[in-house]
Amino acid sequence: MSENAQQPHLHISVQTNDFDLAAEYGLARQQSVNPGAIVCFSGLVRDVTQGQMHTGEQQTLTLEHYPGMTEQALTTIAQKAAVRWPLQAIRIIHRVGTLLPTDQIVLVVTSSAHRSAAFEAAEFIMDYLKTSAPFWKKQVAGAHSEWVASRESDYRAAERWTSVD
Amino acid sequence: MLNIQYFASIREAVGQSSEQLLIPESVRTVADLVHHLAQRGQAWQQLDDNTQVLIAVNQQVADRSALLHGDEEVAFFPPMTGG
Repeated sequence: MSENAQQPHLHISVQTNDFDLAAEYGLARQQSVNPGAIVCFSGLVRDVTQGQMHTGEQQTLTLEHYPGMTEQALTTIAQKAAVRWPLQAIRIIHRVGTLLPTDQIVLVVTSSAHRSAAFEAAEFIMDYLKTSAPFWKKQVAGAHSEWVASRESDYRAAERWTSVD
Repeated sequence: MLNIQYFASIREAVGQSSEQLLIPESVRTVADLVHHLAQRGQAWQQLDDNTQVLIAVNQQVADRSALLHGDEEVAFFPPMTGG
């Protein structure tokens, strides 16, 4: 309880430009009072057309979001994590716009006195981000484009955190 | 006036990203609004028929029983696929 008394340093950003993992780690380290563990998760754009599409055309992924609600939803998720684990810093960056395979798309950094809290909080944030932050992905390969469908497994991943309470 | 926003596949289906709408007095809930919009034609009917369509009122996910006063921001969108 006492460890939770201090609010973690919170940074939320929705941006088109890329992020620097080392710089974000450095900021989380600086902003933490007495960190014992910092977990950095980065999500990359997968090339889903590999081996199944013939086109040879460059696949792109375009991310749309709901300005205002997105930042609010990410802040809510971070605050929920901060209630649950004794965190010292939380950084969430999500890119929007058009990205290419292997591009960085999302970053979550959590710092805590102990590694289990940092690991669990990062996973919790990602699980909720996928199902409750208003982002939508569209895959484009040549003339073909389609909206990415939501996955049942993502909802199950988020739900497992509610069954613990 | 309601400020209505459409996103992703819903935006493409209805052919617009936002609109200002003065709602008739009979529209008191999100469900009423959806019925009202569905009368515009086939593309709009999915707002009513498709249970996968999510709704936010003032940037918070809401269900169809949510009350409307007429000055809210209402958004329609498909399930989220970020991360």
